[in-house]
Amino acid sequence: MQFPILSIIVFTPITAAVLLQLIPSERMTEIRVTALAAAFFAMFLSAWVYFSYDAGAGGYQFVEKYDWLPVLGISYHVGVDGISAPLVLLTGVVMFTGVLISWGIDDRPREFFTFLFILATGVFGVFVALDLFGLFFFYEIAVFPMYLLIAIWGWKVTREYAAMKLTLYLFIGSVIALVGGLAMYFASGLNTFDMLALENANFSREFQIFWFPFVFFGFAVLGGIFPFHNWSPDGHVAAPTAVSMFHAGVLMKLGAFAALRVGIMLLPEGAQFHLPWIILLALVNVVYGAYIAMVQTDFKYVIGFSSVSHMGLVMIGFATLTREGFIGAGVQMFSHGIMTALFFAVVGMVYDRAHTREIPELGGFARAMPLVAVAFIIGGLVSMGMPGFSGFIAEFPIFMGLWNYRPWIAIVAAISIVITASYIIRIIGSVFFGDMPEQFVGHIGDVTALDKVALVVLCVIMVSVGVYPSVMVPIVESGVNGVLALLGGV
Amino acid sequence: MNFIANNLLTLILFIPTLVAGVLVFLPSQEKKLIRWVAFLGSLIPLALAIFLWINFNRGQAGFQFEEHFVWYAAINSTYHLGVDGLSLTMVLLTTLLTPVSILASYSIEDRVKPYMILFLLLETGMLGVFLSLDLLLFFVFWEIGLVPMYFLINQWGSEKGEREIWGGRKIQARTYASFKFMIYTMGGSLGLLLATQMLGVVAGTFDMPLLFERWTALSGALFGLPIGTVKAIAFWAFVVAFAIKVPVWPFHTWLPDAHTEAPTAGSMILAGVLLKLGAYGFLRLVLPLYPEEARFYAGALAFLATMAIIFGAFASYGQDDFKRLVAYSSVNHMGFVVLGIAAAAFAAGTEDAVIALNGAVLQMFNHGISAAGMFFLVGVIYERTHTRDLNDFGGLFPLIPVYGGILMFTAMASLGLPGLNGFISEFLVVRGAWPIFTVYTALSMLGLLFTGAYILKGIKKTLHGPLNEAWMGRISEINLREIIVMAPLLVLMLWIGVWPAWILDVINRAMAMFF
Repeated sequence: MQFPILSIIVFTPITAAVLLQLIPSERMTEIRVTALAAAFFAMFLSAWVYFSYDAGAGGYQFVEKYDWLPVLGISYHVGVDGISAPLVLLTGVVMFTGVLISWGIDDRPREFFTFLFILATGVFGVFVALDLFGLFFFYEIAVFPMYLLIAIWGWKVTREYAAMKLTLYLFIGSVIALVGGLAMYFASGLNTFDMLALENANFSREFQIFWFPFVFFGFAVLGGIFPFHNWSPDGHVAAPTAVSMFHAGVLMKLGAFAALRVGIMLLPEGAQFHLPWIILLALVNVVYGAYIAMVQTDFKYVIGFSSVSHMGLVMIGFATLTREGFIGAGVQMFSHGIMTALFFAVVGMVYDRAHTREIPELGGFARAMPLVAVAFIIGGLVSMGMPGFSGFIAEFPIFMGLWNYRPWIAIVAAISIVITASYIIRIIGSVFFGDMPEQFVGHIGDVTALDKVALVVLCVIMVSVGVYPSVMVPIVESGVNGVLALLGGV
Repeated sequence: MNFIANNLLTLILFIPTLVAGVLVFLPSQEKKLIRWVAFLGSLIPLALAIFLWINFNRGQAGFQFEEHFVWYAAINSTYHLGVDGLSLTMVLLTTLLTPVSILASYSIEDRVKPYMILFLLLETGMLGVFLSLDLLLFFVFWEIGLVPMYFLINQWGSEKGEREIWGGRKIQARTYASFKFMIYTMGGSLGLLLATQMLGVVAGTFDMPLLFERWTALSGALFGLPIGTVKAIAFWAFVVAFAIKVPVWPFHTWLPDAHTEAPTAGSMILAGVLLKLGAYGFLRLVLPLYPEEARFYAGALAFLATMAIIFGAFASYGQDDFKRLVAYSSVNHMGFVVLGIAAAAFAAGTEDAVIALNGAVLQMFNHGISAAGMFFLVGVIYERTHTRDLNDFGGLFPLIPVYGGILMFTAMASLGLPGLNGFISEFLVVRGAWPIFTVYTALSMLGLLFTGAYILKGIKKTLHGPLNEAWMGRISEINLREIIVMAPLLVLMLWIGVWPAWILDVINRAMAMFF
């Protein structure tokens, strides 16, 4: 019986959440330190799993399987492959940096971290789940705290609206996917929810073609696919900083990942059949998302829509069903997760001091917070796919996959690169350089040491992957080989 | 010693980044310390480059000092470095101009630390392009060089000047120039990016030697189109990206603004090295990958080059802003480089082609030296007078004779006076291109005439004529640091002009083996 490291990772946050409830609510420092310790522990273990993953051997590793409801074929079955290992690491990193960024929350921090950690448990659970029921179970656990986090701690102007919209969208999406999942359960005749078994279930072609959209789109809603992306920008903007970091950094990856795990891997012929129009929808994400980001005046909405655009790249990478496309999508999920976590952290830092996010009203913040400016510039370069950073490592193979599919799509999608570059340069210039507006002069303090630690961690990761892709790509590649094997029969 | 010899190129490439890393930890207020660490640090790659030059075996074909490591194996891209005569020349130029420019930047007082860090990162970017033997790696360094340059112009560029953009909004000239530079170049590189992706997919590798073989061996159809069509499109994608950088008329319009608004040392590096990246791209990638397309469209390229020569010279002559005059002179001089390349593409393998190529490559080096010199001298006078308007000067020679002498010397090199370096390269290009593109070469003489005109205009308005009393007692002579900045450039201008064999031999052997 090997050390149940994945279970520990999954359940550490929720255990910490319970422990936090035992601390009196006035003891703010103890609450924060406990939260940070738990987050650090989870991040440490997730890094352990990541760096111990044997890319040469491939397949699912660190597997644990226990009976749960055997009469229904439900088991607690977890494991990571090359695609989920980076995502587990991503969650650990975002959790850790999210806690650092949230250090300043003084309105019921205990409850805040409690719900945040329930969310974290849900996310970890989905990434490692190898049982379909378990996946849905953890998925719902991940979605519902979002409502509370946004509605209570979010931006007063739109928080209730955004929280309701987000939660409804995601629940409806998951219900649709659940219907598809149940269809698979009943049709397989195997009386099991175990995904490894279902991978070999040999569903008929008609079955796959019919049910694939249910499953794929049910989950891709969380991935932000056009035209079901609407919940995302409002959700991003209304959420408190750490929640936005989780939302864009991890939650949206959850959607794309589940669409891959349950949709593409279990219904490969359905995927083959439907991919042409999925690519087109994802293409709309990529290009249209970038255009919309360009015209926003609220700093956070720019980033929210840029997430829609970048998630489009993930889904387009999946939809090409090519080796390069999958590799790129896998790296993009990680790279964009880190990058967007950094972006939202920075937005939060600016907003906490300026109390506005309107770009025309900001300016000159580089002098007040130089490290933040540099970190944001690095994030911006990742966003526009600048070589030398992780974004390029991710985007380049996605485009190669598109070339293998339809060259014109690659050419059209490339437009988004220039658009992204121009709006990124614009916001960097408008927010961080230029003259600081009168009312801010002398009132904008630098960020705290904890904030700086979070930013440096995120930047180092993005540069490392960019300069030395071998630190991530081989692992992703081994996961991709597994996916391709399932598609190979098609 | 063995370690150095075995990893020479990686050392040259990344020592600037290492020095930049050291600078990060120095206190921002210690400006002198930062400047000296940056300057002395930048001399290390120069020393290594000279070592490389000496140990380079000029008779041997192919690439030397190769290094080959795993990088992005999943898509068949490796960390592959190497030099031949062409890249060696460019490496020498880059490693020479960087310390010169850093020394020239000693007068910068505002945020010295980030300035120097950006400058050193820029050096790594430029060297990476010249040293890279993997197409993806080439692209990485090509793009990454844009970022430091953007910030150098945007943050340390001319403080005066405004431009109006859409909706009547006014922004600072340097903001406009840097944004235009970045987006223009990135937009051009988009075609390069797409073509690179396509090449990687089709050939299954990004390694240049392998790529050259596999890509040129392709036949039949690709993506449902005849291979010739696909290659022609990819050819133009590459050409546009490089043409913007060189710059070839009519893709040059980013240059006057970027050069003019950049800080002095920024302009020195921009004109001295960055433009050469484009020409290098033509030589290293376009000619080997698309020999037939290059020959087919060589006439068009030669036409554009001739226009660059002529219009660049005319535009230069028409300027009142000294810096803008020198900026357009870059368009004019780089036109000769492209003319040489176009001629060589058309008549590949002939002796004339080799001569034209020699001229083109030497012109790349020479223009780097003389343009850096000219921009520096403009900067020198700007720091004293706070104007670049030629009409504000007048008869300054008696007041600043040493500066005057140096300016005339550098200007004559830029003009192509026999005895100085410019003449050698321009003559070689003309001699090589004449039998191949007689009409275009003849037309370019018109450009050459106006080259003389604008150079003389520049000197005359600044140094000669009646003394402008307003400057008496208000303008100081060129100081020792500034002379030291110019010294290596002046020496090279004369040395190459009088005895070019030391560099021409390296170039010639590389070009002769090019086809």
